[in-house]
Amino acid sequence: MINWFKYSAPSTFYALAGKLAPWFAAIAAILFAAGLYVGLYVAPTDAVQSDSYRIIFIHVPTSLLSMFIYLVMAGYAALGLIFNTRLSAMMANALAPTGALFAFIALWTGALWGKPTWGAYWVWDARLTTQLILFFLYLGFIALHASIDDPRRADRAAALLAIVGSVNVPIIYFSVKWWSTLHQGATIKPSGVSMEATMQMGLYAMFAACWAYAIAMALWRVRSIILERERSAQWVLDLPETR
Amino acid sequence: MSFSEFIAMHGRGMYVWGSYGMALLIFVVEIALVFHKRTLTLKQIRMMRDAEGDQ
Repeated sequence: MINWFKYSAPSTFYALAGKLAPWFAAIAAILFAAGLYVGLYVAPTDAVQSDSYRIIFIHVPTSLLSMFIYLVMAGYAALGLIFNTRLSAMMANALAPTGALFAFIALWTGALWGKPTWGAYWVWDARLTTQLILFFLYLGFIALHASIDDPRRADRAAALLAIVGSVNVPIIYFSVKWWSTLHQGATIKPSGVSMEATMQMGLYAMFAACWAYAIAMALWRVRSIILERERSAQWVLDLPETR
Repeated sequence: MSFSEFIAMHGRGMYVWGSYGMALLIFVVEIALVFHKRTLTLKQIRMMRDAEGDQ
């Protein structure tokens, strides 16, 4: 049995994150290469959308993950708020920038896909607007945390924002069902994927690549956060890299 | 398919490469920032230790 509580101590998690992060980065690099090759070269041109559909391979993974990372971030923040665990708040902080950047990539690639498909970079559609709100929620979380000097108080205030803001995530996800939006419905559904086989392969590879990338970034970022916040602890001063 | 055809993406090159280009730029900047932060944090800890050693 693995003793999970052992890894909730910042000192042990610092070492574990350092061991795991390069592996996730390597997996991400391989999958990005494979996904881009399949998505941009192997997969056929779409009969209706021509080649602009190829934006899907970066748009859908970053959009889905921007929502998922937000929920994980809010989950960690809630754990920190309820159990007063130090590491969970640090993990929430480590995830926020990557989530924000994914949300931005989703909006940017969506605009560049919207122009040739709908004739407009931006419309105030339910899906687009709620995704924009998600991006602002990430920025709000980061800014609020940065604006409070006492880190434990900053954790609590930002956690509250994250938890309240998580209401937005199901609204984004179901917006294409609830309202008649310009945005198309879900491509990946429990009933199956409505795509050609190589397109599917490319999409899954890019999705897994983005996932591994986000984990690698969060793990590397949390190591700095741990060091910064535990800087007066003896174990930090004993590390070979701080000598 | 020739290289110029691949880049042209049937006239949609601007949208496709604009999307992947921005994503690449963001990933590169994020990776650089994460490693810069690591270097900075280690430097701060060393400075703090040196300052305490002087007292």
